[in-house]
Amino acid sequence: MPEDKGQFDVAYVAHLARLQLTDAEMTQFSAQLQNILAYVTKLNELDVSNVEPTAHAVPLTNVLRKDEARPSIERERVLANAPESARELFIMPKIVE
Amino acid sequence: MEYEAVIGLEVHVQLKTHSKMFCGCATAFGAEPNTLVCPVCLGYPGVLPVMNAEAVRKTILSGLMLGCEIARFSKWDRKNYFYPDMPKNYQISQYDLPLCKGGRVGKFGITRIHLEEDVAKSFHFAETSGVDFNRAGTPLMEIVSEPDMRSPEDAFAYLTALKEVLIGGGVSDCDMEKGQLRCDANVSVRPVGEKKFGEKVEIKNMNSISGVRRALAYEIQRQIAAVKRGETIVQETRRWDDDTSVTSVMRTKEHAHDYRYFPEPDLMPVEVSAAWLAEIRRAVPELPEAKRRRFVAHYGLPEYDAEVLVADASVAAYYEQAAAGSKNPKAISNWVMTELLAKFAENTIAPAQLAELVAAIDAGQISGKQGKEVFAEMFATGKNAAVIIQEKGLAQLSDAGALEGLVDQALAANPKSVADFKAGNAAAINFLKGQVIKLSKGKANPQLAGEILARKLQG
Amino acid sequence: MSLHTLTVCQLRDKIRTGEVSSREATQSLLDRIATVDGKVKAYNWLNDDDALAQADAAKKDGALAGVPVAIKDVLNVEGQPCTCASKILQGYIAPYDATAVRKLREAGAILVGRTNMDEFAMGSSTENSSWGTTRNPWDLTRIPGGSSGGSAAAVAADEAFAALGSDTGGSIRQPAALCGCVGLKPTYGRVSRYGLVAFASSLDQIGPFTKDVRDAALLLGVISGHDPMDSTSVPRAVPDYVAALERGVKGLRIGLPKEYFIPGMDREVEAAVRTAIRQWESLGAEVVEISLPHTDYAVAVYYLIATAEASANLARFDGVRYGLRVKGDDVIDTYGKTRGAGFGSEVKRRIILGTYALSAGYYDAYYLRAQKVRTLIRRDFEKAFAKCDVIVTPTTPEVAFKAGEKSGDPLKMYLSDIFTISVNLAGICGVSVPCGFAHKLPVGLQIIGKAFDEETVLRTAHAYEQATAWHKERPVL
Repeated sequence: MPEDKGQFDVAYVAHLARLQLTDAEMTQFSAQLQNILAYVTKLNELDVSNVEPTAHAVPLTNVLRKDEARPSIERERVLANAPESARELFIMPKIVE
Repeated sequence: MEYEAVIGLEVHVQLKTHSKMFCGCATAFGAEPNTLVCPVCLGYPGVLPVMNAEAVRKTILSGLMLGCEIARFSKWDRKNYFYPDMPKNYQISQYDLPLCKGGRVGKFGITRIHLEEDVAKSFHFAETSGVDFNRAGTPLMEIVSEPDMRSPEDAFAYLTALKEVLIGGGVSDCDMEKGQLRCDANVSVRPVGEKKFGEKVEIKNMNSISGVRRALAYEIQRQIAAVKRGETIVQETRRWDDDTSVTSVMRTKEHAHDYRYFPEPDLMPVEVSAAWLAEIRRAVPELPEAKRRRFVAHYGLPEYDAEVLVADASVAAYYEQAAAGSKNPKAISNWVMTELLAKFAENTIAPAQLAELVAAIDAGQISGKQGKEVFAEMFATGKNAAVIIQEKGLAQLSDAGALEGLVDQALAANPKSVADFKAGNAAAINFLKGQVIKLSKGKANPQLAGEILARKLQG
Repeated sequence: MSLHTLTVCQLRDKIRTGEVSSREATQSLLDRIATVDGKVKAYNWLNDDDALAQADAAKKDGALAGVPVAIKDVLNVEGQPCTCASKILQGYIAPYDATAVRKLREAGAILVGRTNMDEFAMGSSTENSSWGTTRNPWDLTRIPGGSSGGSAAAVAADEAFAALGSDTGGSIRQPAALCGCVGLKPTYGRVSRYGLVAFASSLDQIGPFTKDVRDAALLLGVISGHDPMDSTSVPRAVPDYVAALERGVKGLRIGLPKEYFIPGMDREVEAAVRTAIRQWESLGAEVVEISLPHTDYAVAVYYLIATAEASANLARFDGVRYGLRVKGDDVIDTYGKTRGAGFGSEVKRRIILGTYALSAGYYDAYYLRAQKVRTLIRRDFEKAFAKCDVIVTPTTPEVAFKAGEKSGDPLKMYLSDIFTISVNLAGICGVSVPCGFAHKLPVGLQIIGKAFDEETVLRTAHAYEQATAWHKERPVL
């Protein structure tokens, strides 16, 4: 586990997560998260080289659904939840690559 | 210095299923915007995905058709990135354990095939963009090739052959205009003889197979020219513009995504048992190449015929049914190719009926010329050849006893011609044959009449 | 006696016999809420007319015929808001029922209102709510625990006959302990998660808050069962949990994990728990010492896995399809502004931590390693359950703390979940039941069971409850 606690780049991670943070939040989170990251380094104490990761709490496989079409939901209901809609579409500020 | 291109293709194929990958919404092209949606495919708070069994099956089937190794254990991952066409802002995909690995399309290798969900469709207006989520969640198979192609023609051949296999297996209709098959390319150039790959450029937005060929031709020339000018190719993504026929930069490596893949906790892994695999294997259709070889070997057809017949799976199936009941498979092929192919969609003639027509001609019951007349009538009415021959009174007189009587009549009535023949004028027999046919009102089998005449004149 | 003090079973029986109507019970409850919720602030949404209309239409033969049940603001109820106590879901109206909610409806329950919580179930105090802090009914200057603090406080204050909550790291058991009611976290896969707004998908589970163990058994039976809409729901028959209560604890082996009786634990809390254990011994149970050696790593594992999953689960709140939108110059700017303004501090902090744990170059060191240690924690329980039938621990190391006391130090707050987190990591079940008071505040006893062995957990809790009267204590408001 990386020990380079000084390298924690809140601005980069916040951009990845599409979160605009205030300067005060940046400073506060940076300190708090470095504290937390320092705490989790305790996991380095354990040898896990021969341990399989647990991704699921239950051992199921092949949970499949039959390929059958079912009715969709009324458009009015979903567009009613949209912050903005027009021409039966969900409207966003212009997408630029 | 001579340069060569190195090309790898990433092909996305929409699978032909009734419902979406993780919910029950119907998959249909051209529906009213946002009518094929539900809380699941809209990424509403609290919803969960459930796998479509048929999409998994069709991906495995594709893998089997393309000679892939099918993973006994496969899992799902979340690929995280924000985009308005992505309802959850992560895509459920497969990262390190895809359903299929390896495989080939012709001489080009396949790296992997995995299953994922399609994104929504965006529309761009002056000030805003709009999103229609009907397509979001459609089962999407991604087929990644090895960097085995060296020219735009290689890519064209790869895509054409891949499409043929997928359509043949009923996996997808692969209609590029409907977005059912989409292709991105990775291209680099290097001096001929160099083993190391050059810096690769990804090309997007190619909307047809010929567009792929044109985009690659342009991009390869662009890269070679740049290298020759002493420039360095940088890793980037470029967009092909079909109207202006150029590629331009979309994003550079610095803006590359950090997808933060991790195992999808909402979906359980897929385990493909030997029994399940065997069941899917039984559904693998014969691939076009193998079918062509079999048509040549089994029916004795020329390669050209095999190529034409196999090009359309339904024509090939029709041919096989007709040829199965015939002693003359080549004649069946001729009829299918020359008379039936152009109007195959409207065809009402059953394979067995066509075989019967060919048999009637081969038996000398009717002439080849009459055969065309009978065929036209069959096509128009759906009646059997025998019925039409009967109704039109077309059957040739091939009964030796009856013909002998007519031959005797002709000989008796034309002593001069008989004398000419005996004096050495061989052509006189043709006149006599004509007389026999005349006496039969045109029905005498000319070949048989000639044989009886010759025997009697020489006897 | 006022109707609102009844248990679910008592009220249901009275409705069945026609002694009281569902409308009377619902009205009594609404009156109680009107009287005390100004102080407790357990609910963040109520609709009296709708609740009474449901009561009038309620059938009289279901397992919960006519009984009002409160729902944590993290579960979708068709036609109601579902804010997860976040500004970002402002204006959202659920177009569908969560499966657990649908099962409640089918059993005849009245969905009376939505209970407050920590935003997106992230927190241990119900202070992280855009609706304001819920108070502990035993001491209004203190927190009720969290994240399902509203559900716990509502049941404890007789503002709900029962409530549903969700538990990702202790969010049912911890507030139940701090408010003095029963809170059950079922085995992962027992109750469908469909319609539960996900915090950490591999850990989340829905469960009931009730006034006694019998009600918990009743509600669990109603909401459990396989759901084809949840791929992680287990196809396994649902036993009669209420019938299983009466089997007693004679010969039952109770495991005490040595790692859970830690230095620094509140002495009065420990004393209450030790007394409870003696109670079981007197009922014929056998106490054995066990070890859960990786306990000390659970908080670190939990905060890596839960925040990583949450960072993806909360990505969908982007202002495109529902909820808040703060308009920016373009799409990316709109995302950043919407999410920056819509999420509270604790949610943002966890999204950042989780995003970081998954980002390029750090995945193996953080997320993957945490998943591997999760395996070790799961194995600890497997080994322990070879020696015992249930494991008993304090639910929390200390009683309810003062509002604001820990909000400046997230790590300190996280460490208060130390006794409940491992159960979620192992995917097993646990219940918290009242076992006395320390500093005049409720103390909770946690009973942990094997996967899908809720019957034994509930039976153990019930035997204790029958022998004591702690569950009958009520705060004065």
